[in-house]
Amino acid sequence: MLKSISLLKNNQILLKNIINNGRIINNVGEKLSSKSLLKINYSSSTTDRTFNILDGTIDKNSAEYKDNLINMNSTLKQLKENIEKIKLGGGEKLNQKNISRGKLLVRERIEALIDVGSPFLEFSQLAGWGMYGKEEVAAGGIITGIGKIHGVECVIVANDSTVKGGTYFPITVKKHLRAQEIAQENNLPCIYLVDSGGANLPRQADVFPDRDHFGRIFFNQANMSAKRIPQIAVVMGSCTAGGAYVPAMADESVIVKGTGTIFLGGPPLVKAATGEIVTSEELGGADLHCRTSGVTDHYARDDAEAIAITRRIVSNLNRKKQPSPVITETEEPLYPTSELAGIVPSDLKKNFDIRKVIARLVDGSRFDEFKELYGTTLICGFARVHGMPVGIIANNGILFSESAVKGAHFIELCNQRGIPLVFLQNITGFMVGKTYESKGIAKDGAKMVMAVATAKVPKITMIIGGSFGAGNYGMCGRSYSPRFLYMWPNAKISVMGGEQAASVLAQIQKDNMAKENKQWSPEEENTFKKPISDKFEEEGSIYYSSARCWDDGVIDPQDSRKVIALSLSACMNQPINPPSDGFGVFRM
Amino acid sequence: MFSLGKLVKKDAFFYRYITNVNKDLKIKPITKILIANRGEIACRVMRTAKSKGVKTVAVYSEADKNSLHVSMADESYLIGPAAAKESYLCGNKIIDVAKRSGAQAIHPGYGFLSENSDFADLCEREGIIFIGPPSDAIKAMGSKSASKDIMIKAGVPTIPGYHGEDQSMSVLKSEAAKIGYPVLIKAVMGGGGKGMRIVEREEDLEDGVESSKREATASFGDSRVLVEKYLVHPRHVEIQVFADRHGNCVHLFERDCSVQRRHQKIIEEAPAPHLSEELRKKMGDAAVAAAKAVGYVGAGTVEFILSADNSFFFMEMNTRLQVEHPITEMITKQDLVEWQLKVAESQTLPMEQEQLKIHGHSFEARIYAENPDSDFLPGTGKLAHLSTPTPSDTLRVETGVRQGDEVSVYYDPMIAKLVVWDQDREKALRYLRNALDEYHIIGLNTNISFLKRLSTHPSFMAGEVETGFIPIHRESLMAPQAPMSDDSLALAATSLLLKEITQQKSKEDPNSPWSSLGGFRINHNLKKQVKFNQKDNKVVVNVEFIGGGGAAANGKHNFKVTLDNGNVVEVLDAKLNQNNETISAHVNGRFYNNIKSVIVKDTLTIFNEGQQYQLDIPQDVKPKGADGVLGSLVSPMPGKITKVMVNVGDMVKKGQPILLMEAMKMEHTIRSPIDGKVESLPYNVNEIVEDKKTLAVIV
Repeated sequence: MLKSISLLKNNQILLKNIINNGRIINNVGEKLSSKSLLKINYSSSTTDRTFNILDGTIDKNSAEYKDNLINMNSTLKQLKENIEKIKLGGGEKLNQKNISRGKLLVRERIEALIDVGSPFLEFSQLAGWGMYGKEEVAAGGIITGIGKIHGVECVIVANDSTVKGGTYFPITVKKHLRAQEIAQENNLPCIYLVDSGGANLPRQADVFPDRDHFGRIFFNQANMSAKRIPQIAVVMGSCTAGGAYVPAMADESVIVKGTGTIFLGGPPLVKAATGEIVTSEELGGADLHCRTSGVTDHYARDDAEAIAITRRIVSNLNRKKQPSPVITETEEPLYPTSELAGIVPSDLKKNFDIRKVIARLVDGSRFDEFKELYGTTLICGFARVHGMPVGIIANNGILFSESAVKGAHFIELCNQRGIPLVFLQNITGFMVGKTYESKGIAKDGAKMVMAVATAKVPKITMIIGGSFGAGNYGMCGRSYSPRFLYMWPNAKISVMGGEQAASVLAQIQKDNMAKENKQWSPEEENTFKKPISDKFEEEGSIYYSSARCWDDGVIDPQDSRKVIALSLSACMNQPINPPSDGFGVFRM
Repeated sequence: MFSLGKLVKKDAFFYRYITNVNKDLKIKPITKILIANRGEIACRVMRTAKSKGVKTVAVYSEADKNSLHVSMADESYLIGPAAAKESYLCGNKIIDVAKRSGAQAIHPGYGFLSENSDFADLCEREGIIFIGPPSDAIKAMGSKSASKDIMIKAGVPTIPGYHGEDQSMSVLKSEAAKIGYPVLIKAVMGGGGKGMRIVEREEDLEDGVESSKREATASFGDSRVLVEKYLVHPRHVEIQVFADRHGNCVHLFERDCSVQRRHQKIIEEAPAPHLSEELRKKMGDAAVAAAKAVGYVGAGTVEFILSADNSFFFMEMNTRLQVEHPITEMITKQDLVEWQLKVAESQTLPMEQEQLKIHGHSFEARIYAENPDSDFLPGTGKLAHLSTPTPSDTLRVETGVRQGDEVSVYYDPMIAKLVVWDQDREKALRYLRNALDEYHIIGLNTNISFLKRLSTHPSFMAGEVETGFIPIHRESLMAPQAPMSDDSLALAATSLLLKEITQQKSKEDPNSPWSSLGGFRINHNLKKQVKFNQKDNKVVVNVEFIGGGGAAANGKHNFKVTLDNGNVVEVLDAKLNQNNETISAHVNGRFYNNIKSVIVKDTLTIFNEGQQYQLDIPQDVKPKGADGVLGSLVSPMPGKITKVMVNVGDMVKKGQPILLMEAMKMEHTIRSPIDGKVESLPYNVNEIVEDKKTLAVIV
């Protein structure tokens, strides 16, 4: 009897039937021989559960894998050392000064603000890297990211007053605005931990007047508030002049006694303008603004209390995340993400099978590939990341007409079904040459770019190798407004490769010289090409890109799955509304 | 059928009562009983009743409306407010319920009305079977002095003492002198140690008598006391007896209940260690004689004091089922409640003396809400977390409470009885220790750790028990707890973090990576400081989420923990299980499986390697609150003010009694901590005071 039960356990469906009708076990069970039970098991085991599992096996003993690993690890080591330096903000000395004033450091504030153990999806750690000569503006002087507060995913924008007094450099403004853009696109409440001296005066021309400059911060606050995206300001330092509008424009604001001040003009300016002599605290301290002016709503005795109040504010926002896609249980990939570092070659010219990467990113390494046999240089298919459905579009070589229309078709599918798109970008560009131009590759490429540009579902781009030319557009580069865009440390981004660019320019120069019947020695040609390729190399590096916030951050390849998952999940705060009318899916 | 012939052959002295057999008694089947009690004993009685197909009726006070015994019963009736005087002691109300529900019999349990002869009479008048002895037997045994006289007549040895009706101080004084100090003053109506005072010197007698009388009045409504010789190295050995209405009486051997604190039993065992067969028989026979002398029916216990020279004296007879009856059940393989029901139905006893045998050894440990570190002061509170070892044929958890229940000021603070059985004393004791390790209570102070120390004490293990065991071995029994091991602290810190991470799981988005990737940081590892307060020590533990944080497959996390002693411990594959109340992890190469770690309010309690550690989680941000006033006296527990001995403005000396409080049915003297002036006395006599309230301010 027991034997037959244990056999039955091999098949859940059968077991359920038996249990539903206990009599079968009691009366028939003993009559069923183990043989016949096994037979039933076999006949009822038709399933597609293993149908879509990718083969992610790689040869970890190959010289190539080991080489790649060594290269990636040394790049990562350098990156992480740099990040450690950036994490110190304005440096040990200024940090100590900050602490001695009873203030928390900016990262301590964030840690205290978000739930214990909440992930923190920090953006653009390398912002400002090497951009201002001798002036180091660590992390652009502002820490931004998404963290969870009382279970609510919020965008946090926090000035680091140890970095240039928290003043806004051009990159600070850009990073701040990008964080607001993320909040707006993904419907995430904004918490501003304000501790800033306002615009960096020597750079006012690059900070103040243009559309995407300082004023845009308040424009965004107003418009997000109008869209019912909560705007919370916590004044933990100065908020001078324009900065005063951050708390003033917020839905709800907190101020710390003693350190927090808000005024349009500080004591020196007041004295200069009207001759009035006044202290900062009298002019714009917590007591004034909580008791008299009403500019702030909550009075805190120190940073810790301010953060506690802010957490209470978030707990009262009455927000509920209701992801629209069908979400299933999370399954880990069958292959470790740590192996990603050994798959991607440091030489971008070398090919590798992108499916080995996908197998390490998606749930259960399951991938339902679309048009597997057509346009094979672009891999498209459905998968899940932490249970969330995604349509993956990944380069597996140069883009041809077929690959481009396949991509366009697949984007249409995802857009129709409300499935977010994940682009794994490693692209040198579209194919060139007479044959291809005559087949209309520009037209086919345009289809893909059109689809990418107009798709309404969330798009997340991960640049895992090269990002060159129009390939960048078709694969949802920054201009195509992916909700999030990240880069691997080995990635390169430019209109074309450095060598290629140098060769193109050299060819033009050669042609011009030929017209003048001049000779060009190979040495001369190399001297001509070197600075060009060097410049492209430098400008194409992740440090150059990420410093300028062309991306939302450089990440360790083995964190890719986590970063994609957190980003995707953050996107789910904004309902995905598939198009209800318009055209159907064009077969291209 | 019961064979008379067989019994007649036995020792004539013990069975001569057979002549009194009433052969006309008809068996009256009981199909429904009312249990006039609460807590574990109510549940205990119901269990047997249910197994015999007897319907059960519970009564409950307002404080007990959600109690286990109420939910176990077939029918339950409210009988009044929390105070026992207005509910469980109200015989009339209980009789009413019995009539309303159609119960034919009332089981009184222990305490409350169990030894109230008036109630037994009332039952008889109302035609309801009282599951207990006849009221005459209760009366006879209820008065300590009267019972002693009966025992002397029956030839049962008794302790010298004064049991007279003349309660004047001069008489008590001269009688005490006659007996010789030290003497014991006891309430005549008393039991359970209430109103008991040991007086070592004549000059202390007056105080002792007064205080004993006060407690006696409060507990029994009768101030009379008796004075007895106080034996110095005594053991408390009691004999379980059982008699039916047909004149049969047997004993079910002894229980050793020597180990006591506050004159109340804490750990009991059967059979008694180092007791010869000969002595066992002698004591058993004496107990049967004692029962017979009062025409006893039902379950009773004859308590003896056994001295080192094997002489024993009658102490008292408890005319009810004892708290510690389960150990007798374990070694005799009998169900005493079933016996009680049979006797109540006028059936004959299920067994004869020679059929009863001792099998193996059994221990009972009483788990109390009390604080062994402050002289076993009873406590109250909510059983915020409660988990017990798994009951089996050889392990019983007799309890009337569940997780979330309250141990209130109104009733006895006993939480449960843990009963174990094994083939011999050594094995049974080992079993008890292991079972205590699995008994986890959070929310109030308990004596579990104390019971563990007691059960591992070499003298206890050697069976060298006596009533003075705890005072004699106080130092070794009160040994301070061993400091927390690195592993335990690391598990505590990481379990706290994991709990906070898991707690934040959203209902709307249960698979969210924002829940499962706890601690994830970009390009660096999250380092979190975990702070605890362990008593007065601040403990700081630095926890690094290895690998950038985030759970690996199947929700396991990896941490590098730096303890405040500088040691570094790796906690790998850490995962919470069982409702997030346990943690499993590999700690520096040792696997810990489901170590219990529970947070109640702001305290984390971890149970590891037989130890229970409490770590307070400091709340960094606190709203400002008034601190305690200097020189103030704070109530040690909730209770009632029974006497205020000073007035506002009085000058008092350090140690001078300020007021008396009655709490958990015990009297507590609140004394001045300093020489000074009484500035305020916010409470009056008879007022109920909560825990940690200022009772007086002395400046």
